[in-house]
Amino acid sequence: MKKKTLPITLTVNGIRHTLQVAPNHTLLKVLREQLELTGTKECCGAGECGACTVLLDGRAVNSCLVLAVEADGCQVVTIEGLAGTDPLIDSFVEKGAIQCGFCTPGMILSAKYVLMQHPHPTLEQVQKGLEGNLCRCGGYRRIAEAVLAAAEEGDE
Amino acid sequence: MRAFQYHRPSTLAEAAELLTRFGAEAAVLAGGTDLLVRLRKGKQYFPQVIDIKHIQDLDAEIRQSEDSLHIGALTSMAAVAWHPLVQQHYPALAEAADTVGSVQIRNRATLAGNICNASPAADTAPALLIFDARVHIHGAQGARVLPMREFFLAPGKTALQPGELVTALELPLPAQPCGSAYQRLTRRRGVDLATLSAACHVGASGNAVFAFGAVAPTPLLVRDDGQWLPSTDATQRDAQLQALIEHASPISDIRASREYRLAMLKVITLRALESAFQRLTV
Repeated sequence: MKKKTLPITLTVNGIRHTLQVAPNHTLLKVLREQLELTGTKECCGAGECGACTVLLDGRAVNSCLVLAVEADGCQVVTIEGLAGTDPLIDSFVEKGAIQCGFCTPGMILSAKYVLMQHPHPTLEQVQKGLEGNLCRCGGYRRIAEAVLAAAEEGDE
Repeated sequence: MRAFQYHRPSTLAEAAELLTRFGAEAAVLAGGTDLLVRLRKGKQYFPQVIDIKHIQDLDAEIRQSEDSLHIGALTSMAAVAWHPLVQQHYPALAEAADTVGSVQIRNRATLAGNICNASPAADTAPALLIFDARVHIHGAQGARVLPMREFFLAPGKTALQPGELVTALELPLPAQPCGSAYQRLTRRRGVDLATLSAACHVGASGNAVFAFGAVAPTPLLVRDDGQWLPSTDATQRDAQLQALIEHASPISDIRASREYRLAMLKVITLRALESAFQRLTV
């Protein structure tokens, strides 16, 4: 089949981009390869691990399961959009919630979504909110602690 | 992922025309949480992908009419799980929608899409069956409505004809008081397909309806119009449950053996029944 691209416009971390994308390219691929935002990770490619989590129009989604053409006209937030501004980042560092770091960007975006829905989450709400993110270093306890600590910090 | 042609129809007529023209070559894209995985695996190839999210006549709304609740074809699992009317009238459906995949999947996956994939293990299928849901369908010949229990034909196969599309699901408002619950068994809590699932709906007179997932080629509906109070006698209760699940014919696969499924089906059925009864009395 002839390679045909389609025009899309999307806003990533507040910056508007107009791009030509292949219909079979995922949002994840376009973020990483066309916009060079490599903070978002690819791992399972099947919506099981959450490493590719981004906010799409304010909702946490697996960017490996969204076609770039579907994100036309949407607002996207990636880990680069939270760097330096979000208390979750410092909280993850302070609580030692990062080991190898591969799951961290997706974990933080999912955590961000938990705090958007529940500014004062219970441990259970944090755990349920992060059920779609795998950490193969097994650092779940500290990750949950970091999210709870970031919520408290948000109050101050 | 192999290359495909992407279509974005804006009307139902346009979608029906594309679906009719491309037939088995076409795949319908709504949430994409199943379709993209299949496209990527490459076992099936769809040269034409039809994104239905921009069709004006389709919506992601949940609306109550006089005697039923309408759930638009584009409604996400998260929206179903959190909607006050779904939680109030159909707690089993709210529970089922809330167990699908993960937060990220539920934000994207649609209730209608879960049904159209016709997995024997589809989480929301048993819950929709116990409430006598109706499927609203649009095709080149116009619109029709089909009872949910006639919708599933075989694993992956529905009663949808070529060119047809599900536009909404409709649930009759249940007679009050009633109670319902959904239970499932998985290997891990998040992001796993159901090894087994059971939904139960009980009415004021103790009449109960059950539906099971992952125990037959299609989700299985079992009606029991008699008084259904589980016996306190363990032997008698086991016989009651055995009679209830007599049409279950699970297979052995990576998730569980046939024997384990049959044994656990009684356990989760009893749990669903007890939980439904509790909700009946409050």
